[in-house]
Amino acid sequence: MREDIKDLLNKFFNWIIGNGPRPENEILPPEPPPDLPFTRRNSGRKSRFHEASINERYNEWVELHGLHIFSSLYTWMSVLTCLVIILLLLITVTELPPFGDEHNPANNEVVLRYIKTGARETGAKNIVAGMILDYRAFDTFGESAVLFTAAVSVLMLLGASRRNRTCEKNIFKFGITSKSFLQRGPPLRVHIYRQDDMILRGIASISIPTILVMGCAIIINGHLTPGGGFSGGAVLSTALILAANAYGFDHVHYFFNERTFIFSSSGSLIIYALAKGYSFFTGANHIPSGIPTGTIGNILSGGLILPLNICVGIVVAGTLYSFYALFSEGDI
Amino acid sequence: MFRIIFASFLIFSGLFILGVATLGIFRFEAMLNRVHVAAKCDTLGALLVLSGLVVLSGLNVFSLKILLVIAFLWLTNPVATHLTARAEVRTNKNLDEICDFINLDENEGEKI
Repeated sequence: MREDIKDLLNKFFNWIIGNGPRPENEILPPEPPPDLPFTRRNSGRKSRFHEASINERYNEWVELHGLHIFSSLYTWMSVLTCLVIILLLLITVTELPPFGDEHNPANNEVVLRYIKTGARETGAKNIVAGMILDYRAFDTFGESAVLFTAAVSVLMLLGASRRNRTCEKNIFKFGITSKSFLQRGPPLRVHIYRQDDMILRGIASISIPTILVMGCAIIINGHLTPGGGFSGGAVLSTALILAANAYGFDHVHYFFNERTFIFSSSGSLIIYALAKGYSFFTGANHIPSGIPTGTIGNILSGGLILPLNICVGIVVAGTLYSFYALFSEGDI
Repeated sequence: MFRIIFASFLIFSGLFILGVATLGIFRFEAMLNRVHVAAKCDTLGALLVLSGLVVLSGLNVFSLKILLVIAFLWLTNPVATHLTARAEVRTNKNLDEICDFINLDENEGEKI
């Protein structure tokens, strides 16, 4: 018994010192050249804990055992998590009120008020536009701000290639070969097959104007018919994307570049915030705001809904197009 | 009565073409064949169904709108198919294994 313990202790101390059993493919430090008399000599045995060999053994263990343990645990844990979430959701479903009940919390006085007095108070024929741009305009403002913030952060993240390209242009133009310009390397994405497609160009010349007219009509009629800023802005952005695909991004830059995007989007957001802040301030303090609602059904009616729709449409169109341009070209 | 029969004939033939095209999308394996079949779906099938609706409703604003829809479908869908096929031809490096190439003018060394 004691000898066993002694043996174990011996093994342990040997292991600590480094005299344990030797792996077959141990990486030894390179032997110093024998000619030099005053070089420090380490025997290969003493420097067993050479970093490379430890790393190699560790990686081997991870590949052989660690990943196996992790993957088996992973499947079980994922199944368990799924089951727990399903159980929680089912418990929640059983506690929901019955569908179609008269006394459900969804059937409160807010809905009645929207339906009864919505058209008179907001001046919008389209009740949904009246809700999202008058009663709950703050929510819509947040949505547009979220879109704009996402576009700006993508612009920050993917802006690296833009800098590279300007560097290359500078090199070609002015022959700048200083180190700081050349260090950045070639642009990230280069379209090899960016050629003019005659069929696409012909169709785009017909369909881009119609798409633009359609988008503007959807935005301007937002308070009269289904539609509004979000859907109209999406339609406008498809026209921009089609133009970029058919004629190249350089042609779109003539009327829509980064400056235009930033100025139009932030400007329309500021106009939105100011207009809605004014009407919320006057509404909360029961002051007549002085914004005429007009006769229901006219284009010029609905008070602030029409300009707010236009603002939202500009933000959405610019954001969607800039997403496309940034992810495909790395540049607006 | 005759109008309803004619319209239903158009609509059902359009539905038949749509069904066959859907089958073909799953049946074929090569990408170009699939594009070829999917183009039928949106041009001929949609054309037949929508023209059946035009026959049903007669000459009014509604049928004018449907004719506009047909015009835009016929403008855009072939172009979309053409672009999809072109992207496939240009990006697929193993296209020679699937289909035969006819290089029309050999002076230009590029495909299509």
